[in-house]
Amino acid sequence: MQEQLRILAGKMLADGRAARVLGWKRTDFETAPEPSFFTAQDDLSELVYNKYCAANLSGFMIGAGKRDGVTVVFLKPCDTYSFNQLVKEHQIDRAKAYVVGVSCGGNAKVEEMEDVGWLERCLVCTKHDHVVYDELVLDESLSRPEAQDRFGGVTRLEGLQSLERYEFWQGELSTCIRCNACRNVCPACNCKKCVFDSAKYDTAAKANVTTFEEQLFHIIRAYHVAGRCTDCGECARVCPQDIKLQLLNRKIIKDINELYGEFQAGQDTETLGPLTAFNADTDAEPSIVHTRG
Amino acid sequence: MYKVSATQLTDVLNTLAGTMDVFLPIRKDGQTNFGLYAEGVQADFDTLKTVKPPKEFFLPQSESLYKGVVDGKDIHIEPAAFADRPFVVFGMRGCDVLGMEILDKVYLGEPVDRFYEARRGHGCVVALACGRPASTCFCKPFGVDASDPQADVTAWLCGQYLYLEPVTERGRQLTHKLEPFLQDADAEDVAEYRQEIRERLEALPYNNLSLDALKDADMLEVFNSPVWDSVCDACIACGTCSYVCPTCQCYDIKDYNTGDGAIRYRTWDSCMYSDFTLMAHGNPRKTQKERFRQRFMHKLVYHPSTAGGQLSCVGCGRCVNKCPSSLNIVKIMKSLGVS
Repeated sequence: MQEQLRILAGKMLADGRAARVLGWKRTDFETAPEPSFFTAQDDLSELVYNKYCAANLSGFMIGAGKRDGVTVVFLKPCDTYSFNQLVKEHQIDRAKAYVVGVSCGGNAKVEEMEDVGWLERCLVCTKHDHVVYDELVLDESLSRPEAQDRFGGVTRLEGLQSLERYEFWQGELSTCIRCNACRNVCPACNCKKCVFDSAKYDTAAKANVTTFEEQLFHIIRAYHVAGRCTDCGECARVCPQDIKLQLLNRKIIKDINELYGEFQAGQDTETLGPLTAFNADTDAEPSIVHTRG
Repeated sequence: MYKVSATQLTDVLNTLAGTMDVFLPIRKDGQTNFGLYAEGVQADFDTLKTVKPPKEFFLPQSESLYKGVVDGKDIHIEPAAFADRPFVVFGMRGCDVLGMEILDKVYLGEPVDRFYEARRGHGCVVALACGRPASTCFCKPFGVDASDPQADVTAWLCGQYLYLEPVTERGRQLTHKLEPFLQDADAEDVAEYRQEIRERLEALPYNNLSLDALKDADMLEVFNSPVWDSVCDACIACGTCSYVCPTCQCYDIKDYNTGDGAIRYRTWDSCMYSDFTLMAHGNPRKTQKERFRQRFMHKLVYHPSTAGGQLSCVGCGRCVNKCPSSLNIVKIMKSLGVS
């Protein structure tokens, strides 16, 4: 597949259909390819595709769309949901993107450059097909790791007493170092100015002063991406402290599914999200306040 | 040199904890960080690198400087107390010890930072040799000997023993507290272990980087290098590299509204952030390229120009390991000519 991608990229650059190609570049470590824009055909020998190409390139397309010319971008099936969601939110200029869908057999979790198994998101993957593409480069021989229950972790937490659940999150979030990697890597976190970066409000903080503050940061972020989070799992992948951030997002996804019916953000570019589609005349209030107190 | 039976390690730690705070690597949910030891806590000396560097015990991620309390029409200023409790950081790696030396140049140089000075004055460092250095390690080019790290006490966990070699007077006082457990040992006892470590280091990809290209680098030439135009393409502007770095030293000063006043505190900052050194007129570095360049100019050019050529990197490899986009300082050094 890697060779096919190089040939495709080379043609697109050679005949001028594309100004640049967004893919993954070889580094000193096989397990750590780097997201990279290729503009010269000679550099394409550095283009790689393997199970370590975990970075979701959709977010980089926001900036790419502001540059001249078409950008070819390689997207794994789950990445295409992020891409679609960004098109829906008018963050990506679809006309300036040439999406090449690539097969995925799961991404490896890497620690100290060692392959230590699968990323959690790949163990619960439900996004097997590309929802947007201009061209597909597939490898049918790739097999995925055996699927586990995507909401299993959330269900386990829901089964805990509230104090136990509080202690669980206290334990997870107190290790946060406020590096903002989860926010910055998140395709849904595309505000030009984040409330946590504004000096005007007391929400601006770089410090892990109190656990209260950590909870605020992560919970506000989870609510801000509610209904828009595609569960791409980038936040959990990049967290240097391995905080189980996917559980927070998935809890909200599960609630949305149960309250408003099954919904997958990024499935298409038109359907309004369940939290933005309320029609006071025709929709009934889900009355969560009344049923949960 | 002394040795203690590894089976008595808990007794050693309990003895120390009786007279001072003991901070050591503790594993929690799959990640290891330095934390406060208490009886029953299991130390993790197997994990090579903690996620956060242990500099936080001398330069906490956030610390209060003073408090302003409103009392009627008056405002009382209550300065924060300086650290006055002795502590030991037990199991710091050689790279992180060198990181402290770099922080010392900044925080103990004029004007002396009193908060840092107080912590430095009360803290003792026991450095632990790296039995299994990782492929991301490159401390040797910076002059660190991972098989013989120099701090107040040098320690080796080798075979069935913990070997201790006090280096400074403070280190001698610390080992003195452990006298009931100590047996005499000889440098020869760890010689083979040290040799093994050196052989492992030699097999690592970055162990023999030559930093010559950065010596006497022309500041403006590096600053204006076309390298910066594309090398930061993949940077997502998070602060991971800064916050896991043992030499990153910049802080921001902020106020916390307590309702009846304010706490003025300082917090680690990252030059990757959009509000880094934000001033009334705006931000002097408006693009990510400029912010990215700042981080590496500081480490590879600015700091050396004021510190006798010493680079502000110690080769711990945490940024290599943790960057979400697989960027790191080695990549930057190489693009600037290091080989």
